[in-house]
Amino acid sequence: MHFDVVPDSWYLILSALLFTLGVVGFLIKRSLITVFMSIELMLNAVNLSFVTFAHEWHAVKGQIFVFFVMMVAAAEAAVGLAIIIAIFRARATLNVDQIDLMKL
Amino acid sequence: MHLILFLIFAGFCLAGAVNLLLQTHPINSALSLIVVMSSLAVLYLLLGAEFLAIAQIIVYAGAVMVLFTFVVMLLNVGEEERTHGSKIYRVVGFPAVIVFFSVMTTVILEAQKHMRGISLKDAITTTQDLSRVLFRDMLLPFELTSVLILIAILGAVALARKEGHS
Repeated sequence: MHFDVVPDSWYLILSALLFTLGVVGFLIKRSLITVFMSIELMLNAVNLSFVTFAHEWHAVKGQIFVFFVMMVAAAEAAVGLAIIIAIFRARATLNVDQIDLMKL
Repeated sequence: MHLILFLIFAGFCLAGAVNLLLQTHPINSALSLIVVMSSLAVLYLLLGAEFLAIAQIIVYAGAVMVLFTFVVMLLNVGEEERTHGSKIYRVVGFPAVIVFFSVMTTVILEAQKHMRGISLKDAITTTQDLSRVLFRDMLLPFELTSVLILIAILGAVALARKEGHS
């Protein structure tokens, strides 16, 4: 294999792998704050796919989409962490099994 | 060269993501997430996205993760308790995750036949190219995100404020 060329699929599989690890973290983690970190990991994994495809097809708009995802993720992190602080004040716990008021 | 750099930083990414799952203390998870995000910035550089690489460092590894570590330390969150409240995630979640990953990998490997492969010699997208499209074609969405961020700031302040003070 040539040393200078990496197949696109490697980047895409890395992206799928990171997304899968994010979903697994979302499922197995019991602390609200690490569940939230897993969501950030999933967002980053999708961003990697966007950048790879933008590179493949020379589409600058793909990179701009990643830029927007970053901005929305930053806004989401600020609001999400504020909600976590509010929950911690009210319940004094961050265990997702004890914050299940809206669960069926 | 590209292959070596890719393998090193993809390895860092995966190691950080796995470590995020294995650690029981949130602060260790947050630090491994910083490793993941910084390595992703290098991968963006390899893909020729110079602006996004810097934005990734500043916005994610900088701002967002500082916010995370700040909240973990502010709330003094201890070790994670290993409770098992719901069994549904084992029955439905894990098979679904495995199916998702297998399908994605199959589709990607199938599509690889039509793609060229990435070389460091490919043209990079400079900040100039990016900003030209951003400020000509995407000006309205760009301005809308600034409104969104303003609303997010106000919402965060309103939510995190102590009750009873006015």
